[in-house]
Parts: sequence; C-alpha cells; structure tokens
Amino acid sequence: MTADEIKKSIKEILVEIASEPADVDTMDDNASISEQLDLDSMDVLDVILALRKKYALPIPNEDVPKLATINSCVEYLAPLLTDR
Amino acid sequence: MREEDSNRIVITGVGLASPNGSDLSEFRASLLSGKSGVERYEVRYFGETLAGVCHCNVSKWQSRRDQRRGTRAGSLAVFCAAEALEDSRYQFDACDKDRVGVYIGVTEHGNVETENEIYQIKQFDYDCAYWSHFHNPRTVANNPAGEVTLRFGITGPHYTLGAACAAGNAGLIQGAQQLRLGEVDLALVGGVSESIHTFGIFAAFNAQGALARHEDPAKASRPFDKDRNGIVVSEGGCVYTLERLSDAKKRGAKIYGELLGYGMNSDATDFVLPNAQRQAQCMRKALKMANLAPEEIDIVNTHATATHMGDSLEIAALREVFADSKRTYVNNTKSFIGHAMGAAGALELAGNLPSFNDGYVHPTINVDNLDPDCEIANLVLNEPKELPNVRCILNNSFGMVGINAVTIVGKYTE
Repeated sequence: MTADEIKKSIKEILVEIASEPADVDTMDDNASISEQLDLDSMDVLDVILALRKKYALPIPNEDVPKLATINSCVEYLAPLLTDR
Repeated sequence: MREEDSNRIVITGVGLASPNGSDLSEFRASLLSGKSGVERYEVRYFGETLAGVCHCNVSKWQSRRDQRRGTRAGSLAVFCAAEALEDSRYQFDACDKDRVGVYIGVTEHGNVETENEIYQIKQFDYDCAYWSHFHNPRTVANNPAGEVTLRFGITGPHYTLGAACAAGNAGLIQGAQQLRLGEVDLALVGGVSESIHTFGIFAAFNAQGALARHEDPAKASRPFDKDRNGIVVSEGGCVYTLERLSDAKKRGAKIYGELLGYGMNSDATDFVLPNAQRQAQCMRKALKMANLAPEEIDIVNTHATATHMGDSLEIAALREVFADSKRTYVNNTKSFIGHAMGAAGALELAGNLPSFNDGYVHPTINVDNLDPDCEIANLVLNEPKELPNVRCILNNSFGMVGINAVTIVGKYTE
C-alpha cells in the first residue's frame, strides 16, 4: 500500500470512531489524533483493534504510542503493509 | 384508612420501545387497532425466523459514540428513560441526582455481546488479541441501568434485576420499595430486552418445540389459540418515572396510575414448567397488599406466551383466583408484540394504563380457535371491549426457574 492509501484507510476507521465524523476531513496529519477527535483511551484501543482486524496485524500494545498522529501511523504501518 | 401520601407510589412518566410503537400513544393505538409488531427476521447461525423488532430512534437520546461503546439493551434503556423523564416533566436538571435511582429488569444480559465477540475472533482463528476491550463494560450485569446513569449524570444507585420474564415487574416493585424506604426521591424503573440479537434464545425455544412459526408474521403470536405453536421472541423496553404521591402532588405531576399492590414469589418446582398454585398465590399476595377483592380488578393482563402448558396453567390460576368475579376482563399483549422478555411486564402494563381514560380493554388477538383449556369468562378476544370506569389492572409476569411477579395499578383518585 502507498502512504496515501494507508492514510485513507486509517481515516475510514476514524470516521467510524470519532464523535464528529466531519472532524476527520479537517485533521492535521502531524497533530495528535486523539486530541483532535476527542478520543479517550478506550477509543484509541478501538482504533488499534480496528487496524488489527482490517489488516490481521498483531500490533502489540507497547507500539500504541507510535500511532499518535496520522503521519506516525503511516510511518509505522508502511513497512508492515508493503505487500498489501 | 388511606395510607399517607408519602407511602403511596405513583407512575408519573412513561417511556417505551415496543415493536408496534415507540411511545405510549402509538403503542396504544396499535393495541386498539389490532396492529402487530412481529416481522420476518434473520439471525446468525439460526437463520430465518420471526421476531418483534423495535424501530424507535435511539439516536434521539444517545450519541453515536455511546451507541458504539454500549449495548442494544443500554440504548433501549437510555431511550425509554429519556422519554419517561421528558414525559414526566420532572425538574430533572435542578434535582439532586444523588436522590435518583435506576432499577431495570433484565431476563439475561451479556449473551449478545459475548456471542458477537466470539464470532469476531473466530475470523482470526480465535486469537484473543482481537477480543474487544469493551467486552467487560458491555457485559457486566448492571450495564443497561448503568448506561442510563452515564447519560443523565445520575449519581444515586443503579442496578439491574435478573428476574427472567418477570423482570419488568420486578423493576417496578424494586423502585417502589426504594421510594418507600426513602432511599431515593425519583425511581426510573422497568425492564429491557436485547434478546433477539443473538441466536441462543431462538435455538433453545426451537429445541423445546416452543418457537412460533407462521406464514404471516402478524399471526404468529397466538396465546390461547388451539393452533399456536410457540413464542415469538422480541426486543423492547419500558421505563417509568415512579414517585411518592406526596412529591408528585407537590409538583402538580400528571399521574398515570398508582401502584396499589404487588406480589413476588418462587415456584420451587421446575426449571421451565410454571406452577399454577404459586401463580395464584402470587396474585392473592398482590390483592391482599392492595386490599382489593378479585371482583374489584377490571383487567387482568396475562403473561401467556403461546405455549400450551404456560397458557393453560395461567388460566387455571386465574380460574382459581377470579372464579367468582363477573366483572374482571382478561387480555394479553404478547399476541401483538411477541414476548419482550425482561421488558414484558413493564411494557404490557403500559399498554393497558390508557384504559383508565379511554375506557377500552385491548384484546388478545389471533384467537381463531380458542383452546378449551384456556376458556375463562370475559376473555377479550380479537376486538377491543368497551369498558367505562376501569379502576384496577392486575398485571402478571412469570419467568423461568420459577419466578413470579404480579403488580396491581389503580386509577389515581385522591
């Protein structure tokens, strides 16, 4: 997957989880996802679980901080999704 | 001698979700016009069946996020509680939330979420890394009542009452007791059910030969009819605002009715089969508390679920208690909406409360061929019965493992 495809895919998940889906369109890709979308720790776990399910990726809990922004998600996921 | 107003318990608001109505007036109109809420339904593993499905707009009162996090039972409880609070015109924003209690009856809770999660991890070869972190808050037994407190910032007590299909009445009884003890000033009481959202209940009734089938869904739920073939499983909810009469009077509340008496007991005889003697005893307990003779009851709303044993045993109990009453009419709400399990008692009572004002007894529908074992005087068949001056309604709810709950609600008079 390309970086743009990964971005799009993450945003599809966020639209389902955000309190206000419209906020996803106007997000800053370098700023905290949870702060921008008002996500609490249970919501963040929901995002991780959705990523795990979507790509059958065993994302360990200790890697969760690496998924703080859209761009850091892309950086983390890109090597894992090269063949997808 | 009349009881003190502070010891008299009244219903001041009604919120409900029924398969044939999302508020009391719509529900009542359906019950008087013969409109069923049963439809074709498909559930994972079990396949095509019939069910009572609620079409209320839960988004009216619950955010997208809370719907995703919570349970269907929680959403129905929040919807019904919100509608009841609005209907009651209680000054909720100004009240002490520590003095509000939430007591919601459930037949079961957690099956839906657990089965759904197992289905999800099955897609990942049962790897528990794919199990939802929401499993615990969704499946704790207090979940539906707890979701109501989260939604409204209620800091008084909340819990569910696990009382099988007697749970809706059990919620009402619990709230009345807590008000009389002075533990709370406002009780949100009733019952909810999300049972249709997993296969187990359908498969289990089917295994017992007790799951309804019919080409026409509207005709599938047929208590007392010789050609019945079992239960229609439904979802639903009903929550009342319950207050002490003294408080309700002080704020000039609209009063739907007064809880005059109740009874609860246990069969202690069988896991599944009801016990007519214990049911009769339970009705007599309620009559005694209400200080009423059987002939003072205008309407008995039966529990009958459309199984031969269940229907005929309840009628046997009624014959015993009401044998000498010429003026008691008997009806059944499940014939319209199926069996809403934990919600049934509260929901079916709600369907009958308007009788105090509209002067009709809603019928039991789908009786084309009355089972002789279910014959009883004044059974209101297929068409509503005009009955001016309805003053007292007795509502039966009985559940598996032998739990019985009976409530008597009277038209409010000074």
